[in-house]
Amino acid sequence: MSASNLINDRAEARRRRLSVLAQGDAALLAECWDGLGIDPECELVRGPETGLVALRGRMGGGGAPFNLGEATATRATVRLADGRTGHAMVLGRDQAKVKLAAVIDALAQDETMAARLDDAVIAPLEAAITKRDRDRAAETAATKVDFFTMVRGDD
Amino acid sequence: MYVAVKGGEKAIRNAHRLLADRRRGDRSVPALTLTQITCQLALAIDRVMSEGALYDRDLAALAVKQARGDMIEAIFLVRAYRTTLPRFGYSEPVDTGAMHIERRISATYKDLPGGQMLGPTFDYTHRLLDPELAGDAAVPDAERRDGEPARAMRVSDILAQDGLIEGDCDAQTEMPGDITREPMEFPMERDTRLQSLSRGDEGFLLALAYSTQRGYARSHPFAGEIRIGEVEVAVDMPELGFAVTIGRVQLTECQMINQFKGSSKAPPQFTRGYGLVFGQSERKAMAMALCDRAMRARELGEDIVAPAQDEEFVISHCDNVQASGFVEHLKLPHYVDFQAELELVRTMRAEHESRRDAGEPMPEAAE
Amino acid sequence: MAVQSQDAIVTGGFDAPVFDAQSVFRALMDAMARPGTVQAIAPRASAPSPLGPVAAALALTLCDVDTPVWLDAALATDGAIARWLGFHAGAPVTDDPAAAAFALIGDGPSLGSLDRFARGTHDYPDRSATLIVQVPDLAAGPALTLTGPGIKQSTALAPSGLPARFTTLWADNNALFPCGIDMVLATPDAVAALPRTTRIQSTEN
Repeated sequence: MSASNLINDRAEARRRRLSVLAQGDAALLAECWDGLGIDPECELVRGPETGLVALRGRMGGGGAPFNLGEATATRATVRLADGRTGHAMVLGRDQAKVKLAAVIDALAQDETMAARLDDAVIAPLEAAITKRDRDRAAETAATKVDFFTMVRGDD
Repeated sequence: MYVAVKGGEKAIRNAHRLLADRRRGDRSVPALTLTQITCQLALAIDRVMSEGALYDRDLAALAVKQARGDMIEAIFLVRAYRTTLPRFGYSEPVDTGAMHIERRISATYKDLPGGQMLGPTFDYTHRLLDPELAGDAAVPDAERRDGEPARAMRVSDILAQDGLIEGDCDAQTEMPGDITREPMEFPMERDTRLQSLSRGDEGFLLALAYSTQRGYARSHPFAGEIRIGEVEVAVDMPELGFAVTIGRVQLTECQMINQFKGSSKAPPQFTRGYGLVFGQSERKAMAMALCDRAMRARELGEDIVAPAQDEEFVISHCDNVQASGFVEHLKLPHYVDFQAELELVRTMRAEHESRRDAGEPMPEAAE
Repeated sequence: MAVQSQDAIVTGGFDAPVFDAQSVFRALMDAMARPGTVQAIAPRASAPSPLGPVAAALALTLCDVDTPVWLDAALATDGAIARWLGFHAGAPVTDDPAAAAFALIGDGPSLGSLDRFARGTHDYPDRSATLIVQVPDLAAGPALTLTGPGIKQSTALAPSGLPARFTTLWADNNALFPCGIDMVLATPDAVAALPRTTRIQSTEN
């Protein structure tokens, strides 16, 4: 029970980390990574290679799926000297970013390192994503229509 | 007779060199950067992504630059490029209900939850050319209004409960069809129709959508909701054993609501047409939704009386890469074909003249 | 332990994916064009046992996300080969032989009926399965005489490790033309192909 919870927690942390890395700004990611000052030896097992992901929507928004079109995506798998592997896939064609994301995924399988990476890389990336979303939402909200009804007399 | 002709290599080489020269134009004018194109001609990029059926802003910008702004040529370049890439897999269906909203309006419900948000729209502009834009006048930052939620339920989710508007069709389905993998067959299912429409030519779909409003398959449409914004794209990664968000794409979604008198297959109710397009492409999403609804005629038991309802007509002709390929191939050399036709016309002319000289009756006009 | 099994999955692909796949494809195309000829395969891939290096290289060359793959009982085993194919080729593994674009056969003698594989339709005869059968060699088995398109008069091949009634099974497959399956025989270092157009007779009778 607790063992499977632990596995689930780890998978969830990994999923969240990769999702943030994918959506985060490449320049900020590189900056945070450089700040850590680590440069682990690693071997590229696959990629980084660029290909396509077929994007799906749903009919009517919530119905059966259909294929909408494709997007470019880049993926990489790396293996550290100790055998830990890391994977990443990100929309677009930024191979350096994807390779770095895979390295971070591999390193983060060590608990101590995961905490360090979350603090130094994941948290600032996530904060930047949240800020951008909040800014854009506020700009959109300023265009919200506030309807008011003019008083209409009966006579 | 088949005649092989060679030659023209030098002319072609020089023509391509001339094309490159004219594309660049006056060398004293700075060259456009791709970033300038993606930032300042963003809707052109969106059209190239949508009709090229490939979401990649930088590639679309490169295509626009290479095509000298010829959109269909740019779309062709993007389509050609995508065939060189391997397909890694399929995304999970995107959730437009969880969209980071940049624009969201409804023409049917004034006070819908989440409100009407106009976003960066051309609507309500006066369509007067702005001489200020000829220069580089300073542009103020956008106004802000903090504390509003960035998400909003889809109108279709809010209204499906009362049963007067049809719900989403059954989500239980196997693999959706894919027109990039299997040849088109008619009758076509709605999934592959939507795939074709989403990459279809905006002008063609707009004209057909207009025809439905003018009485060719009238469907009494209302824009139930139009929303533009970013959605997350998640892909199941077998090596990890779970799905991961790999980024976001900007989409435009349109829900058209159409009055429907009822048929032997369905009671009177409002039916819906659906549009979903890459980028900020509102006109295209609306046209797509109207065409989607028109082509549901067979499913809803309506008489098929107008071009927009004829799925074979619409789907076979909505792809501008196919269409321009076939139309434009006419300018390639047809010397031998034409020689044969010329021979045929000469023979017919000779017969015609000999018949006339002999005083025989002339046949009525033939082809 | 978990690291080790993950390691077996993520390693063993082509060293130079583009050039290796091109080289294998060229050899296979020659094998298909000249049925019965033995084409050496240089690039190898190392998949989990018992998928051999040439069969693995063929799988990486031919399979992708759009080609469901079926594995026979010998190869399905603990799922390691399926995961390896998923990682390196992106190919989904199916339980249903009729849904498979490619079938990988580790145990040729138990191949059984060919009827369970997709044989194509008259409109689309290409929608049929290609069987990749691992065999020990192409010279020490029962002698076969091959005739048909791509073969000048006739050619000989003696693959080991095919089912006992193989010529009968193959005659049934020939009768389906233009439908029918195609077969690739993979030894540890080479391939030979038996397209659906090739007719096969036992040499000694």
